[in-house]
Amino acid sequence: MSELLTSPAQALGGARFDGLVCVEEAPLQGMITLRGDFASPGFANVVSSAAATDMPGQREVRGTQDKALMWMSPDELALLCPYAEAAPMAAKLADMLAGSHALVANVSDARAHFLLKGPGLRDVIAKLAPVDMAPGAMPPGTLRRTRFAQVAAGIWMQDDATAQIFCFRSVAQYMFDLLSTAAAPESAVGHF
Amino acid sequence: MLILDCPYCGVSAEETELSAGGEAHVTREGPGSADDAFESYLFMRENPQGVHFERWRHSHGCGKWFHAARCTRTLEVFGTYSAQTTEPPQGIRDAISQKRPGWSWRDLA
Ligand SMILES: [Zn+2]
Repeated sequence: MSELLTSPAQALGGARFDGLVCVEEAPLQGMITLRGDFASPGFANVVSSAAATDMPGQREVRGTQDKALMWMSPDELALLCPYAEAAPMAAKLADMLAGSHALVANVSDARAHFLLKGPGLRDVIAKLAPVDMAPGAMPPGTLRRTRFAQVAAGIWMQDDATAQIFCFRSVAQYMFDLLSTAAAPESAVGHF
Repeated sequence: MLILDCPYCGVSAEETELSAGGEAHVTREGPGSADDAFESYLFMRENPQGVHFERWRHSHGCGKWFHAARCTRTLEVFGTYSAQTTEPPQGIRDAISQKRPGWSWRDLA
């Protein structure tokens, strides 16, 4: 049995691996799952003003790690915010959306996030996920839900040399090991 | 390898990102239905070599269910379409007719 954590902590304590790319567990990240009718002005106005950004289009991310909206499906968004703001933000959103058909869930403690940095990241990701990583198919600003080997994951292409990968916190070690193996220095592919 | 375009998130999803959901457009017979109808709902499925209609779920993606029309012999995909329908849309039927003239499937043709 693991002991009860007395304060919020990253799943892997900020684990880091340097290889073809730098793989690093991201600092604690606030993430709120939002579901509702995007076509309803009430829903769209509430969530886009909370994130201080426009509604993202299909498979888009709008904003920065501090405040962003990710398009997860035609009726699901993920709002990124600083970790400490997630709980009050979720409470505020639930309040503002009360009475409409919507769901708000603070999933910050149920996720682990990794940052991949380096120009070789398209090759590293392509080893693990059934995704066309060509720059034209995955330009910066794209959000792609997929699987990495055996676990579900999301990829946010922040720019051509930075990607944020997120998964369930319970598989954080598996994900870190996968990414580190695919980034092993002698395993360059050089496709992209 | 089978690649299906998810009509909900627009991704060209490779088979391992999807979960198969069995035959499409099965009428779910409920309490009060005739025994024959209930039996065929429970047990009778098409198993064609050729044109087939199926349900799929983009389980390692946007999570949505959708429909696909494909050829089980060649893996050629005729098209994918919304889950919110009880029969294939005309555009899908036309696409099949163009490539498999004279096709039939259950009471569709
Ligand atoms: Zn999808």
